[in-house]
Amino acid sequence: MSKMTNTLLVASAVATAVAGIATNAAAQENEKCYGVSLAGENDCAAGPGTTCAGTSSVDYQGNAWTLVPAGTCADMELPAQADGSARMGSLEELDRDLPA
Amino acid sequence: MLDATQNTLPAKPGVGYKPQHYSDITANPGPLGWLEVHAENYMGDGGRPLAQLRHLSEQFPISVHGVGLSIGGEGRLDPDHLARLKHLCGWLNPASFSEHLAWSTHDSHFLNDLLPLPYTQATVARVSDHIDEVQNALGRQMLLENPSSYLAFAESDMSETDFLKAVVARTGCGLLLDVNNVFVSATNLGFTPQGYIDAFPLDKVGEIHLGGHDEDHDDHGAPLLIDSHGREVADPVWALLDYTLARSGTKPLLVEWDTDVPDWPVLAAEVARAAAALEMVPA
Amino acid sequence: MIVTQSEFTAGILDPKRPAPEGLQDGTGAPTTKRFDVYRNNVAVSLTDALVNAFPVIHKLVGDEFFRAMAGVYLRTHLPDTALMMFYGNEMPKFLKRFGPAQSLHYLPDVARLEIAMRKSYHAADAAPVSADALGQIAPDALMAAKLTLAPAVQILQSSHPIHGLWQANMVADAPKPVKQAENVLITRPQFDPVQHLISDADLTFLTALQDGHALGVAMSKAGPGFDLGTILGLLLRQGALTEIS
Repeated sequence: MSKMTNTLLVASAVATAVAGIATNAAAQENEKCYGVSLAGENDCAAGPGTTCAGTSSVDYQGNAWTLVPAGTCADMELPAQADGSARMGSLEELDRDLPA
Repeated sequence: MLDATQNTLPAKPGVGYKPQHYSDITANPGPLGWLEVHAENYMGDGGRPLAQLRHLSEQFPISVHGVGLSIGGEGRLDPDHLARLKHLCGWLNPASFSEHLAWSTHDSHFLNDLLPLPYTQATVARVSDHIDEVQNALGRQMLLENPSSYLAFAESDMSETDFLKAVVARTGCGLLLDVNNVFVSATNLGFTPQGYIDAFPLDKVGEIHLGGHDEDHDDHGAPLLIDSHGREVADPVWALLDYTLARSGTKPLLVEWDTDVPDWPVLAAEVARAAAALEMVPA
Repeated sequence: MIVTQSEFTAGILDPKRPAPEGLQDGTGAPTTKRFDVYRNNVAVSLTDALVNAFPVIHKLVGDEFFRAMAGVYLRTHLPDTALMMFYGNEMPKFLKRFGPAQSLHYLPDVARLEIAMRKSYHAADAAPVSADALGQIAPDALMAAKLTLAPAVQILQSSHPIHGLWQANMVADAPKPVKQAENVLITRPQFDPVQHLISDADLTFLTALQDGHALGVAMSKAGPGFDLGTILGLLLRQGALTEIS
């Protein structure tokens, strides 16, 4: 591709992008401070006293570790084939038929 | 003496600010006269936390309460942390800055708890040096808060009140009197809370804290109170507050609730009770 | 019988050690349970900070596993600052090596995404450029223009469906994740970070912009088939461009 062609492509893509923005909608309306805050804060409260697992630690390299991950089911769907039908196989197999 | 004119908290009830109460507090503050925030939660670069704090500071006097400076640490103060604190106090110009008589950082590892100190002349010297450093960096007087204690050090050779008086004499700092901490420590270590208040330099107090505690037991079955900030202020602590206010006069009075934080009406009831306690104090 | 802060710290972190000598109750009797209060405060407060920091990991492995794992993490990776909002930066590395979690090989990348969301949330504010400002640049100058991304922008590449896993655990009624590689762009139009799935070409383009390359260079790196108009439109709508030079 020539430099000229590239320049035209970029110019037209930028024009498309800019045209898609609705007159830069007055985004600076009143600051809305209210909203969900990400947790993870400092405070000065004490913990749960003497009756808690904070006094035990498990050495996972020894034989003491017996827990296995047991959270929400993280089942995954396999990507559908181009015709929409389901397919089977591992991620590794799928990687192989991705177009290079 | 350090210039304390920047300390301008009103002698009204305040509350430890939690973001989930933003709408309630700004729409209907009631008798609320000021807010307290934990310094560390406003040391990010931007976003909602700082925008909220900017807005709140237009409506309320703000007290900045640090929990991570490790004033009692054996090592030097973390210069990065002190710089962040200076930046925050610089743009916010809070009505008060306070920290704890405790340590929380060792070998540059932060332990996220307010850990106890032995009361000795060596500790007085170390804590005072650190307070000098903070007050010089911020260019203002700070308040130092009495801790909740769960144990004592065999090496201590002075009382907590004598320790605090010595630090005040050396640094010119003010004090933050947490009456729940007094009650917790008195129960845990077996002294009378009223005796502690009698020995406390109340004229140096720039702010009073109130909070809820939990009840537990030690190795020998003796009661052990935990400064959990997870429930209403206990009745004997309200009584100790009245005892204190009768001697100190009205003071800026904060309700703290940090764990299992309730909906605003529950906290507002505690604020109302704090307001009533202040109104009982003769002018 | 002076108790140093080194001894105190070592005792706190290792529950098998006795409480340091020289600590006592109000009558002068030695005490272990009272020292346990501080052990608990440290372990539980740092564990809670990690639960708050990694809600998706917490759900994926379950509360019991997560808290036990946090007990291992916090004893080997104590915070190096007092800012709890940034605790856990070593979690992706830790998860790669943590034996009991190896069956869930996508965990480290999910942890990277959770860290990126927090970084975005706390990033500096920056005024976005308007679409007009970009539109007014002459076609000839566009190729050499440098676009600055907002401080809240984060870009992640993964061979796992990190966006799908995040959605499935954080958004009600979200679909199951699809087993595929996913790249994520995080923007913050106002105060709340938003995730966008992006293509490999988008990722290459955005990474090139972040590295300071001009628009033309970033575009040619992205290769054929790259849709500049769509990604620029997204960046403009999300307020993710803060400077054109």
